[in-house]
Amino acid sequence: MTVSARAARPGELPPPAGPALPPGAAHPRSGVTEEGLARRLKALACTAPLHDLEARKANLAGEYTVYAMAELGLAAIDLVTVTMDFDTGADHEEIVGRLRPRVAAQAPGRDPAEYERVARWVLENLINVGSVDRGFRAVYGMWTREGEYIRRDYDFKLLEEVPGPDGHIFLRATDEAINVLVGALDTDVTSAQIAADVKLDHLIRRGRLAEARFAAEQARYRTVQYAESLRRALDATRRNVRAVDWLRAVPDLIDEAFDHVADRYRHENAILINIRRARDEAEESERKRGAAELVDIVQDCIRRHTQLQTRLMEAGPLFRAEQDRQAFAAPSTRTGLDLYGQLLRPLLELPVGDARRVTDRFFAAGTGLRTPVAVRLHDLTEMLLTPPAPRDHLGAELPEPDVSLTPDDSRYSERQHDAAALLLDIPPETPRRLSGLLAEAREADPDLGYLVALLAFHAASPPVGTALRQGDRTLLVAVDDGTELDDPEVGGADLIIGTAVLTGARPEPEGPTPG
Amino acid sequence: MNHDTAADAAPITSADVGDAARLVAFGLQPKLLPARDAEYADLIRRHREDPRFAALAAAVAAGLGLVVLEVSPRAGMAVTAGEDSVFAVRMGDYARRAGTESADRFLHGLAHLAVAAMAFPRPEDLADDAYVGRLSVHGVDAFVRQACRRLEERAELRGEISDPEVDGPSLEAAWRVYARRSATGATKDARRLAASTVGIVAKAVAFLVDSGFLQRVSDDGGGTYRTTARYQLQVRDTAGSAAMSELLELGVVAVTDGSPSLLAAAVDGELVPGAGLPFHGV
Repeated sequence: MTVSARAARPGELPPPAGPALPPGAAHPRSGVTEEGLARRLKALACTAPLHDLEARKANLAGEYTVYAMAELGLAAIDLVTVTMDFDTGADHEEIVGRLRPRVAAQAPGRDPAEYERVARWVLENLINVGSVDRGFRAVYGMWTREGEYIRRDYDFKLLEEVPGPDGHIFLRATDEAINVLVGALDTDVTSAQIAADVKLDHLIRRGRLAEARFAAEQARYRTVQYAESLRRALDATRRNVRAVDWLRAVPDLIDEAFDHVADRYRHENAILINIRRARDEAEESERKRGAAELVDIVQDCIRRHTQLQTRLMEAGPLFRAEQDRQAFAAPSTRTGLDLYGQLLRPLLELPVGDARRVTDRFFAAGTGLRTPVAVRLHDLTEMLLTPPAPRDHLGAELPEPDVSLTPDDSRYSERQHDAAALLLDIPPETPRRLSGLLAEAREADPDLGYLVALLAFHAASPPVGTALRQGDRTLLVAVDDGTELDDPEVGGADLIIGTAVLTGARPEPEGPTPG
Repeated sequence: MNHDTAADAAPITSADVGDAARLVAFGLQPKLLPARDAEYADLIRRHREDPRFAALAAAVAAGLGLVVLEVSPRAGMAVTAGEDSVFAVRMGDYARRAGTESADRFLHGLAHLAVAAMAFPRPEDLADDAYVGRLSVHGVDAFVRQACRRLEERAELRGEISDPEVDGPSLEAAWRVYARRSATGATKDARRLAASTVGIVAKAVAFLVDSGFLQRVSDDGGGTYRTTARYQLQVRDTAGSAAMSELLELGVVAVTDGSPSLLAAAVDGELVPGAGLPFHGV
């Protein structure tokens, strides 16, 4: 037995070079295998919530068996991961909204409210809203090195809710979720990134677009994960310089990340050129579309690198500023209790049963006092006997607003404005002279001439920027070609008025989408 | 007021006792400051000038089961509840779940400790009477989470298995309990999720505001607060040392020479050398 084999060698030094194992160690109960087994069990457990979605859909009230819940669950994690940014996560509603088309596609022709309900159900189950921790727990067992079999709890989350800076709640995919999603269970971030790169490059050269797309997406998830670890370190530094190892860990992380960004820049630009070529040369429309999507993904990757790089450049100054603020403040001659170093941190390492004794003491001594509230029996009876006030769902009645009519002091009526607009609705190909317009206007209404003239003058300096921003298609433009206006009412130039057609109202995304 | 007539030989009258009790009564209203109430300020002055009156006030407080931390114009009559006093706050009254659920009980207590640690991050801050701490609800949560993450990373580095045994929930490492509790959560009525860590910290902070220990500054970061002199006294003189002695009893901090000063725990090779930081690493 392994147990006895180990017990028989208590005085022996551990073998100097790792895997020189004693004969019994190859036995399944040896520590190394057990850890590997535990790791695989944990990885397997991470997928359980997805299977659970499938299993429990039958219990829902309604015909929900038609939906592929595991697919929806994975898609939801996917959406959250892609939407995750350096600072924020994904919004609940946004994820539900983006998940809905997929839900609808699975069971066409049903009530849209049902799609919404299904999308929400999937999302809530991935958060596990019902549990106190909003997470999942799996039990796994393993042999210890002493030969004792112990069952342990493994707690994990797939989607977690985090507070945003403005009080909003965001969703972020956890490391576990990202690992499950990309299928690379228990791998190192950096090495996985390199592997994905090589694979991507290779696939594109061989023209395997579908697989290249998969690899590119994988690369993007890894990038997000990278940014996430940096964000945590910087956040922690801002709060407490002590909490982060700025001597080794963070500088290493920053150096690594800088190399990574530089490397990825070169790499992705090269890939971009490759895929663009593939896109432009592709004959098949399906292939063309695939390449175009890949362009989008790689562009998104590049955008994320830029963001990461900006943060990296800010990291050094941030550390120095925080160090000044936190460490070099005028030292006091007296010293007190180091609440963090002496109390909070050692306490967090204790088993919760012991730690609770300390926090209980702190609570009892640290909350101050409360003057006890004595209940008057008289008040209590009255309160208990009072019928509950009927709750009005509509709230208090709004007072009727006292509105006084402002006198209509506009010079021209609504009808006159309409007439002027009609008159100035000139076809783009045929500009007209102001004099002609004025004559026509006065024919209809003697007052209209002045209004048309005003509108024409306004068109002499048209608000092009505003029109572009609003996405207007056309714009009234007046041009002075030097001809004098001969008119009894208005003077100046006899403007040429025409309609300009605005093109490129919005900047088109780079490269038209083929197909 | 009759304190100006107080002579050494004059016997203590019932009016004196009444005034002393009045001063203690002011002390029981922690949000009230001497600067805002002329009568309170008068009594504080009398307390300083008349030792017999001071002794009388101390006796009244002790009789009520109160501990006097400080009597000064800045903090007022800072009193706190003795351990078995009727004024003491019980965990079961504080949070319903905390009475029964041991994890919740721990988290509520930890939230109070974390607020104090965030309010007075360095030892000097706690010692310096002029120091005013600032903290935010989200900041406290993130601060504890970071500490938990460091411990998690360290456990991983050492190859420790931090997953608790199924049969021994009280043997689970404390940091894990905090780390696995959700930080926040969407609720149907857009209120804070009470059982989330942000909800628990927010509750602690709101309670401390009612105790006159914190003052709300703004809504940033889930609510930003600054400390009062009374809070500093409470943490420094009562809570900190009480928790420390409990920790010592558990044998966590070894005070080698038996001196009463609380020395930094032995730093297990995590000192950040040459980094210019007067602190040891986490």
